[in-house]
Amino acid sequence: MPDAIDDLDRRLIVATQAGLPLVPRPYHALAEQLGMSAGEVRRRLAAMLESGIIRRIGAVPNHYALGYRHNGMTVWDVDDARIDALGAQVGALPFVTHCYRRPRRLPDWPYNLFAMVHGKDRAATDAHVAEIARLLDGACRAHDVLYSSRILKKTGLRIGG
Amino acid sequence: MKPPEARQEAGVAAFDATDRALINALQGGFPLCDAPYRDVGEPLGLSEEEVLVRLQSLLERKVLTRFGPMYQVERIGGAFVLAALKVPAADYEKVAAAVNALPEVAHNYRREHALNMWFVLATETPEGIAAAIDKIEAATGLEVFAFPKEREYFVEMKLHA
Repeated sequence: MPDAIDDLDRRLIVATQAGLPLVPRPYHALAEQLGMSAGEVRRRLAAMLESGIIRRIGAVPNHYALGYRHNGMTVWDVDDARIDALGAQVGALPFVTHCYRRPRRLPDWPYNLFAMVHGKDRAATDAHVAEIARLLDGACRAHDVLYSSRILKKTGLRIGG
Repeated sequence: MKPPEARQEAGVAAFDATDRALINALQGGFPLCDAPYRDVGEPLGLSEEEVLVRLQSLLERKVLTRFGPMYQVERIGGAFVLAALKVPAADYEKVAAAVNALPEVAHNYRREHALNMWFVLATETPEGIAAAIDKIEAATGLEVFAFPKEREYFVEMKLHA
């Protein structure tokens, strides 16, 4: 079930989804824009962090710019009976940034576990894939690695005002 | 002889050791206090103004894709779905333009596979996903393969700079 947010939370989300103001007192700037106090802005952000509506407040690096140029979407056909235990272990690996179970789309797509891995060169990424393969040994029928060759669009979440 | 910055590989912006330290510091929890940029700068020996100037520049140079709260859209009733298309090579640019034109498309990547275009749909309601898929199928004449997440094992955008 979605968490309850009120109209002020929603306005705060709309005002910050593109980023925090780059001014010395960012919460005051938001407060002025939204007609509430800076204390209220901070309380609401803290509450949304606490409830998980906000994962964290911080910088999102461009992987390519940081030198992680070999970013592969690794996909695995994992035994349904074992995927939840194994998925948690794959997600805990330090080079995995996202790890999900998703539906297969047979016959085109037999894979149900998706893990994004990042390496600064091809050898590093290949070693990461090999490590996941070892971890899934015996529970995985097939796998593939889809490298991104071009970013076509990257804007992130936008909800309407 | 080209100046050093022009010899950077295409698409990868330069950043120095101070930028690196700042990026790593900003991947943690950003403080909810009156002067958060000052507090972030202090342990790094940077003034509030230096933090703001560098952060602005990292965003402009796209070393960072954004800075601010990362919202988990499902928690407020919205939906995120990964989807893919099998795009014939000759139509790739035309289809990319049609897909990118939809505001519901948050990210879009070219990947090397028969399913060669992978994008994330982000909408304010779960029903919005089906509507966006219909629009893409109508605009491109291609079948959309949707991969809604069934379980999230791990999500963390942090990467060491």
